[in-house]
Amino acid sequence: MIDKRVETVAKALDRLKDGSVILLGGFGVVGQPQELLEGVIQSDARDLTLVSNNAGSGSPMLPKLFGTGKVSKLICSFPRPTPPEFEEHFRRGKIKLEVVPQGTIAERIRAAASGIPAFYTATSVGTKLGEGKETREFDGRLYVMERALHADVALIQAWRADRWGNLTYRSAGRNFNPIMAMAAKLTVVQTRHMVELGELDPETIVTPGIYVDRLVHIQSADPPPA
Amino acid sequence: MSTTAAKPLSREDMAARLARDIPEGWYVNLGLGLPTLIPDYIPAGHEVVFHSENGILGMGPVPPKDAVDTWLINATKQNITLIPGASIFHQAESFAMIRGGHLDLCVLGAYEVAENGDIANWATSANDTLPAVGGAMDLAAGSRQLWALMEHTTKDGRPRLVQRCTYPLTASGVVKRVYTNLAVLDITPHGFEVLDMAPGLTLEALQSKTEAKLRMAASR
Repeated sequence: MIDKRVETVAKALDRLKDGSVILLGGFGVVGQPQELLEGVIQSDARDLTLVSNNAGSGSPMLPKLFGTGKVSKLICSFPRPTPPEFEEHFRRGKIKLEVVPQGTIAERIRAAASGIPAFYTATSVGTKLGEGKETREFDGRLYVMERALHADVALIQAWRADRWGNLTYRSAGRNFNPIMAMAAKLTVVQTRHMVELGELDPETIVTPGIYVDRLVHIQSADPPPA
Repeated sequence: MSTTAAKPLSREDMAARLARDIPEGWYVNLGLGLPTLIPDYIPAGHEVVFHSENGILGMGPVPPKDAVDTWLINATKQNITLIPGASIFHQAESFAMIRGGHLDLCVLGAYEVAENGDIANWATSANDTLPAVGGAMDLAAGSRQLWALMEHTTKDGRPRLVQRCTYPLTASGVVKRVYTNLAVLDITPHGFEVLDMAPGLTLEALQSKTEAKLRMAASR
């Protein structure tokens, strides 16, 4: 019997290690798995690299994680507004920041998920963020090469899940979650609802269970009003 | 004298002026700041579909406070609504729409636009240690049409329409048209061409507030 459910967040995150690269789902707070983040705060793992679109403004847990000093690098597209916990570690040189265009982050994750080591994009050509990158001309236009963004762990928030790890998402809470779920060695999901196998309409499953390793059923709160 | 008689457009009038030029049926992404005012000026029944980077086509207006769905936000992280016909998809698909040239139009705010179509809108200095690019470079490089909606000068009167951008570039050679509080201008192989000016403004007065060389568009 395939059953990816685990009882606790601590058990779900027991393979988190020093130096792990973590993909964190969510756009702002929406779709960001707060209880899994709390699990990272409580774990012993340090020197973490976090891939998150934002730096945690308005988030209940992400600023707290930066406050612990466990994150040594953030890869993101839009670190503003910047929570004081991040700003403080950043100004002291304790945390590195890699700013990547949002579509390039998404595509680097998708590439990692799909066995594509690198790709070319017109985004960032001729800009500071494209400096030093390999460029190539195709059909008269310049492109920069971007590498796939692989990770050790993905932290995902789903709306409904079955024990095989088939997932659906809620509204704009989908965002980075489905692609991040595909791109890590270990994909850990917190789901608001756990349903019986067969209950999810195959036509509406967004993330097929093949990508998912561990599921925790958490009746988490709705995102706060923006 | 002509400058004192001229009446610059308000922010709302700028958005309304641009909205008039969006054809029905276009799929449009709006950047931060001024462009977010545009949907208020799309006439009812004129079907234009607004895209949001976080995976939405068919973005509707901000809901009343008692009807907010906190799961539904736009790229600015405001709570929004969906219109009938809306769809939701993931981030890589959202940016495939942008980077694959599927959006008809993107409207971005800008610090500077140059006569060769370069745009600078994401960082104010080359030494900005906490820059935030978001989807601006993807939108600028990938949309079929890029229009800029911006004040013609800085608050202290420095021109924003320039020969070469001094701020860090978002993308080069991509802006097709600029809407400012003083004029509407196309960017052509010959540089800026003026299509329309604020009431009471002369080309000489407009030129005095513009670093790049201006010329009137041939027929309009």
